[in-house]
Amino acid sequence: MEASLRAQRTAALLIFAFLSLLAVSSSAAQEIQILNAERRIDLSSQIAIVFLTLKVENTGKAAASEVLLSFPPTEADHLAEVKAQAASGKKRKKTHVPLDVKPTDVPDAPKGAKCFRIALLNPLSPGETSTIEVLYMLTHSMEPFPAEISQSEPQLVYYRDSAYILSPYRIKQQTTFIKTPSTNVLSFSRVEPTNRAGMELKYGPYEDRPAYSFSPVLVHFENNNPFAVVEELVREVEISHWGNLQITEHYTLAHGGAKLKGVFSRVDYQSRPGASGVSSFKNLLARLPARVHSVYYRDEIGNISSSRLRTDSRKSELEIEPRYPLFGGWKSTFVIGYGLPLEDFLFESTDGKRYLNFTFGCPLSGTVVDKLTVKVVLPEGSKDPSAVVPFPVEQHMETKYSYLDVVGRPVLVLEKKNVVPEHNTLFQVYYSFNPVFMLAEPLMLVSTVFFLFAACVAYLHIDVSIRKR
Amino acid sequence: MASPESAVNGPTMTAGAASKSLRNAFGGVIAFIILVLIGVLAFSIRLFSVIKYESVIHEFDPYFNYRVTQFLSKNGIYDFWNWFDDRTWYPLGRVIGGTVYPGLTLTAGTIWKVVNSLNIPLSVETVCVFTAPIFSAFASWAAYLLTKEVKGPGAGLTAAALLAMVPSYISRSVAGSYDNEAVAIFALVFTFYLYIKTLNTGSLFYATLNALAYFYMVCSWGGYTFIINLIPMHVLLCIVTGRYSSRLYIAYAPLVVLGTLLASLVPVVGFNAVLTSEHFASFLVFIIIHVVALAYYIKGILSPKMFKVAVTLVVSAGLAVCCAVIAILIAVVASSPTKGWSGRSLTLLDPTYASKYIPIIASVSEHQPPTWPSYFMDINVLAFLVPAGIIACFMPLTDSSSFVILYIVTSVYFSGVMVRLMLVLAPAACILSGIALSEAFNVLTRSIKFQLPGIAGNPSIASEENGSSTVVAPNDIPKTEEAAKEKPAKKNRKKEKENVEKKPTPSKTEKRLLVLPLEASVIAVLLLVLLGAFYVVHCVWAAAEAYSAPSIVLTSHSNDGGLHVFDDFREAYSWLSHNTDVDDKVASWWDYGYQTTAMANRTVLVDNNTWNNTHIATVGTAMSSPEKQAWEIFHSLDVKYVLVVFGGVVGYPSDDINKFLWMVRIGGGVFPHIKEPDYLRDGQYRIDAQATPTMLNCLMYKLSYFRFVETDGKGFDRVRRTEIGKKHFKLTHFEEVFTTHHWMVRIYKLKPQRNRIRGKTKKSKSSRSVSSKRDVRGKRNPWH
Repeated sequence: MEASLRAQRTAALLIFAFLSLLAVSSSAAQEIQILNAERRIDLSSQIAIVFLTLKVENTGKAAASEVLLSFPPTEADHLAEVKAQAASGKKRKKTHVPLDVKPTDVPDAPKGAKCFRIALLNPLSPGETSTIEVLYMLTHSMEPFPAEISQSEPQLVYYRDSAYILSPYRIKQQTTFIKTPSTNVLSFSRVEPTNRAGMELKYGPYEDRPAYSFSPVLVHFENNNPFAVVEELVREVEISHWGNLQITEHYTLAHGGAKLKGVFSRVDYQSRPGASGVSSFKNLLARLPARVHSVYYRDEIGNISSSRLRTDSRKSELEIEPRYPLFGGWKSTFVIGYGLPLEDFLFESTDGKRYLNFTFGCPLSGTVVDKLTVKVVLPEGSKDPSAVVPFPVEQHMETKYSYLDVVGRPVLVLEKKNVVPEHNTLFQVYYSFNPVFMLAEPLMLVSTVFFLFAACVAYLHIDVSIRKR
Repeated sequence: MASPESAVNGPTMTAGAASKSLRNAFGGVIAFIILVLIGVLAFSIRLFSVIKYESVIHEFDPYFNYRVTQFLSKNGIYDFWNWFDDRTWYPLGRVIGGTVYPGLTLTAGTIWKVVNSLNIPLSVETVCVFTAPIFSAFASWAAYLLTKEVKGPGAGLTAAALLAMVPSYISRSVAGSYDNEAVAIFALVFTFYLYIKTLNTGSLFYATLNALAYFYMVCSWGGYTFIINLIPMHVLLCIVTGRYSSRLYIAYAPLVVLGTLLASLVPVVGFNAVLTSEHFASFLVFIIIHVVALAYYIKGILSPKMFKVAVTLVVSAGLAVCCAVIAILIAVVASSPTKGWSGRSLTLLDPTYASKYIPIIASVSEHQPPTWPSYFMDINVLAFLVPAGIIACFMPLTDSSSFVILYIVTSVYFSGVMVRLMLVLAPAACILSGIALSEAFNVLTRSIKFQLPGIAGNPSIASEENGSSTVVAPNDIPKTEEAAKEKPAKKNRKKEKENVEKKPTPSKTEKRLLVLPLEASVIAVLLLVLLGAFYVVHCVWAAAEAYSAPSIVLTSHSNDGGLHVFDDFREAYSWLSHNTDVDDKVASWWDYGYQTTAMANRTVLVDNNTWNNTHIATVGTAMSSPEKQAWEIFHSLDVKYVLVVFGGVVGYPSDDINKFLWMVRIGGGVFPHIKEPDYLRDGQYRIDAQATPTMLNCLMYKLSYFRFVETDGKGFDRVRRTEIGKKHFKLTHFEEVFTTHHWMVRIYKLKPQRNRIRGKTKKSKSSRSVSSKRDVRGKRNPWH
């Protein structure tokens, strides 16, 4: 049943590729061609990391200011991050300049394909060549097969891609290398010339493929790396102008790999750690900023005692163990919270506004976050919050009431789907704040105590009895 | 321990001295500060559990209360009253709103609501964890008020300080021990205070407050029956000893009327407030006090001669009425099977009742009678001070001190029946010890003051002065009377010493009789301080070491001083809550029912509210049956997972194998084919090679020891200190799905029913006939 489905899908892809070939011939493509393309796909973790080196040449008459990238629809949904940089100079003295990448629509692209536009620094004049390096990451692109395994079995996954690079341009010469985590590769599609050496598969070199060429390949291999997927992460960053930055992170962690079938035996797990439950994981590493304090790690039913914190002057590492080892399909939820000194993260900008400079992504290393929500809780009385994030996110505002609040604290909520460790970059939240508001809460407390005493004094001095004694 | 008079209602005896009133005010402030410090002490001595472990709900029942509070805070009060809980007692369910004492839950829910409306974002859990320490501070203040009414503020402060750290109470009210008793002890002491206050003042205001406090107590704890029986007893005592007064009437009559009306508002009590035997004493005394009141009234308006005639009339008519009423009562009571008493009450009246008829009550460790060491552990030196306190209460015997005496006597009896009721004894012991200590200090410091060289110049005046200002203030009883009654007793006790002592104070011989030798007094004071210090050390030790463990987290110290944490229970519950379907049913012994519903949010068959004995017996039967029968029972109850607690790997003694005999007993009590002797070899409970085949084939044994032998190769059980009897076996109807890190909790899944194979109809027919035969023989599976 499943096999026939897959065959259908493959057929569809082939037709799609054929159609796209047709489409290319008719399109008035930009007059750019790729002289040499090299693609290196690293499948050793749960994230497929792809390095693409393109040597582009402008064959047209006019100068070209941008280069297009395209991804097949199967990859488009899993695409977490696309980065490009221009490389210039020879091997040793290579310099890299990051380039701007923006999603775009190309009218003649095959249906469902997603295109990105790389803006070049200097327009490429006719006849000139330039080298562009592209890095992109795909999450959930490895499909466990068999989908359910028992405790003693290793985890096998499928990876689907195309032997040819899907590109809106003609590619003169291209090669694809796929690096698998182990030498155990059960099967792989052959699109000659195809070679396999140890942990590396080599597709190509292929000469002179037209635009939008596509030839699906399937690699079936063993991948026992932890498929730690944070299904939902809510990070709350609370700024207190009294000197503390409080971070609370709510995790919903799942094992995204092949599901555990049937029995979990503690005997096997404990007595044969190498052979049993190889795809499961029991600890995770959270990289926290330096000078972290009052760290806690708990879930809804109390503290989880299995964690270790190592701190030094530059970074802190929190090693956490969920309550139980996570096998395929198992879930767990927990909360990590910590405080940070405010002076490391809050600054004043030149126009008098304050801004928070903090990392965006998930501190757990090697995890994929399906949905990340960052809530920046600003102090009560802050105005005009605005966020500067290096990638597109959804934003909206909320109000939160906490200790001694009257009007509530403005909360800037940033949401992003499909987050990979590459997104652990700094973002800024600007806001204006009048320091007078800092006095509001102490004054409230003082006045409360004052009125309490005043009420006591009044009570002791007023005779409320109806009948005089 | 020179306790100052309270400024609030210290009598203004000598109105002239402005400095004296200032001193009074100063004393009041000091008393206030001491009380605040006692409150802080009571609160903070209970925080050891948070400091040593974590801020978490403890044990079993608190988890249920916590869950109810969560529901209350989320859904509001009306949904709470109507809450039918389908997560427990599957498939019966439980009406939570009508079967729970709501006092604790409502208290914590209210605190949570108030705190959150002030924008203080405390979680429900935090509020629940700290409710008990807060209320123990309230309880010690209530003890102060009560003792002050009995013997003055000095005794009050001492009693409050003692109650703040009495180990018995700490054991039930450490931070996280979110149980009814935490609030109820405060309510109990406060109700008694208001009763005494009403008795002393005769004020209807306090009588109303008293009924309200009683209402709160009824809301909080089933132990309210103690109040509603103790107070009538005291009233009866007062009447019998000729202490009837209008104050007594005001203290009692409104309490019964208002209190019963209010009590019947609580759903869990309802009509029980007038129907069950626990309340009959109060109504009987209510009638008696009215008869007595009438008699006194008639005596007041009639001449003695007429009165005699009236008495004969009334007595003859009254006797007839009484006989009729008693006959009706007896008929009503006799018509109910338990004679109108609940099982727990009967256990109190007849300590052997539970072990004879209700194994489920007897199986709970806190329902066992206590041992002598547990008295020493729980009330420590108070056990020795209480007799002295009783003596002090007899000098002079007032309405209030007779109440305290009655309180201690009854609570000593109850604590002797059930170790859990040690909790009721603790406040009484503290109050009496407070009185004893305070009186002793009173006498000793006074005699020291007499003889100190500084004041010795004019001892008589000094004595008068000091006597009034430093001595604990007397209550409404005139001072002279108290002193007069006090003196002879003291004289008798200390006669020899006084003979030795010849003090050169010729004037005021009466005063001199109170004086003890200086050295003896100093030494006695030192000894008393030492005793107090010993008590404090013991209490702190008990709070820190003995009573602070939350019991869901276990710790052990490794040889190098490191701390090893056994967090298996929460590991299992967390696994259940995240990796099973939300409507799956989990079967386990009833001990773990509350925790499973609260922490894992899964439906359970039975829980710690042991209201349905049959259902518990069904689970017990399943656990003690062979695998196939057990599977049938569980399958008929829709159970998907079975949870057992097993301590054999790490040596955790209170596991299911050790509780197993109770399962057999309770199961066998309802389903007679489970027989306890089948599980015992020569009367001995064992799981080694000598064990009976029934034992080795029952579900509990198999689930506990499945693949256990593979851990060490021999299958050595560290709790039972023996090798297990049957080492290698396979499970046919269950499969292991989860075992925690230290093997303390093991979860099994019922295998799905096997597909029916077409060719084997003949065979199945024959097996069906066998099973039907079995059904005829006995009730194997009660659900078929």
